Amino acid sequence: MRTWPHFQGVRTGVWYTVIVEIEALTKVYEGKQRVKAVDGIDLSVQAGEIFGLLGPNGAGKTTTISIATTRTLPTSGTVRIAGVDVVRHPAEARRLIGVVPQYNTLDRSLTIYENIYYHCRYFGFSHGQARERSDELLTQFLLAERRKAYPSQLSGGLAQRVQIARAIAHRPTVLFLDEPSAGLDPQSRLAMWTAVQQLRKEGITVVLTTHYMEEADSLSDRVAIVDHGRMLALGSPQKLKETFGAQTVIHLALRQMDQVEALAAGLRGQAGIQNVEVVSDGVRVFSTSSEGLLQELVHAAAPHGLRDIAIAEPSLETVFIQLTGRDLRE
Amino acid sequence: MNNVTPDRMLLLKTFLGLMQRDLRVLSREIGPFLLRVGMQPLLFLFVFTFVMPHMAGGSPMATTGVGFGSILLPGLMAVAIMFSGISAVALPLSTEFGITREIDDRVMCPAPVAVVAIEKIVFSSLQSMLAALAVIPMAMFIPATPVYPDLHRWWLLAIVMILSSLLAGAMGLAIGSIVSPKHIGLVFSIIVVPITFLGCVYYPWAYLDKIRWLQVAVLFNPIVYISEGLRSAVTPQVHSMPVWIVLPALVGFLYFLVRFGLRGFLRRVIS
Repeated sequence: MRTWPHFQGVRTGVWYTVIVEIEALTKVYEGKQRVKAVDGIDLSVQAGEIFGLLGPNGAGKTTTISIATTRTLPTSGTVRIAGVDVVRHPAEARRLIGVVPQYNTLDRSLTIYENIYYHCRYFGFSHGQARERSDELLTQFLLAERRKAYPSQLSGGLAQRVQIARAIAHRPTVLFLDEPSAGLDPQSRLAMWTAVQQLRKEGITVVLTTHYMEEADSLSDRVAIVDHGRMLALGSPQKLKETFGAQTVIHLALRQMDQVEALAAGLRGQAGIQNVEVVSDGVRVFSTSSEGLLQELVHAAAPHGLRDIAIAEPSLETVFIQLTGRDLRE
Repeated sequence: MNNVTPDRMLLLKTFLGLMQRDLRVLSREIGPFLLRVGMQPLLFLFVFTFVMPHMAGGSPMATTGVGFGSILLPGLMAVAIMFSGISAVALPLSTEFGITREIDDRVMCPAPVAVVAIEKIVFSSLQSMLAALAVIPMAMFIPATPVYPDLHRWWLLAIVMILSSLLAGAMGLAIGSIVSPKHIGLVFSIIVVPITFLGCVYYPWAYLDKIRWLQVAVLFNPIVYISEGLRSAVTPQVHSMPVWIVLPALVGFLYFLVRFGLRGFLRRVIS
């Protein structure tokens, strides 16, 4: 069992091991269409961990992060950052958090260096401290050559790096990353992952949202799977796979759907098959392994006009399918 | 556990940090800034107080006994103040609220969100005051008959300038927070032009007595009090509205626009 580092709350003197504490959080957007974006989320993030919120678009991840970062007011429930209530003391809470929003919000009127420098000044750094910290971060994030560039001259990956550097410049306790790899090419995404893992070594707690299961899987110590504003499961990627999705999901797409129930019933009894679900364009077979099974499945499905087979090895994706009956992209 | 007290020292540092950021951005735009604030009064004075008097029967206010330049000086200062307030707050805000959401990093600074908005007002008021002061030398050198401001009541000038400049910044905040970025271009034709032309800038309020309904209607225009306040401060020879009306009106409009602007700003950044 890993022991978590302790963290002393700013100005409260209390030592914390739980950095982000979310209790019974809800957010309802009133309007023509009443939307319950967050519907009772409880979770706590430990000091020093990388915590992933995984779910499809519209699951309530961004709203949850917006509330935790003081940008959105909750309808009910509380969020505390190292003991500081974000609704009652937003200005205090902002000293403890760093935020990398989904979009590039770099100050277009300032250079890369100045974006970090003035961020430090907003947080009370003196001129000397701000200059030193900015230089240090530019070097650490391999941005030193671009210090005089303006944000509009940067590629998406570079801008994202500047945003991370800026977000941690005031040495926050926890960094929130909202969909950090949205719009990044694969190479920049890998670079971003490395940067995030580096942060953990510096003792910064990281909370990230993503709808890429690979990202949640390879980066996070623990993952919360959210859908429709609710948390469906929580645990390390390994534990989630063991608990919910230690199964290969084989999707059989069929041309003729009239006899599909019979096909599903026939498959259910077979060895190696744990469950069969009928979906809109065929059947979904859950099994312990695809080995040896494929031939039988093809044989059984052929009379129904089998037109495609997709196999998903156990992953957070299959966990999500198991929990919701949908895949993340739906 | 929630025994957290706001750190006043940090608040001050944050405020100064925001001011320095704006100063840095302005320092890069010093050329455009000067053109923006200088061009209008320069041309106005040139055409109406230099070119027109040289043409037969030119000066439109020639019959009033007071030089048009004297009427124009406080009016142009008022326009400079208001124009600066709107271009220093409303225009940048509309882009920063727009797709780039550039304001985010400042909103996330460790201070109440209102501080970010108030800093905008204060910084723009400094620009407004510079812009207004720049009109004075122009009025001394450009017109055919030079206009010298009367600075005996400098304290009144200072009070009116400070209140007016803050008022202009607050108006910029209100406009920037309410008008969508897409429509910000329309602000000039829909708001700025009417309130300037109907703001007793090119004529003293007292001269409107021939058109009573207009004289009453313009009382809802804050620019009227800026022009009239400056008029009684720098050109006391021109008849102007009494100070005891002007100052409370400026304070009232300032209060209203700050409240209104802050509400719009908060609504824009916190959902």
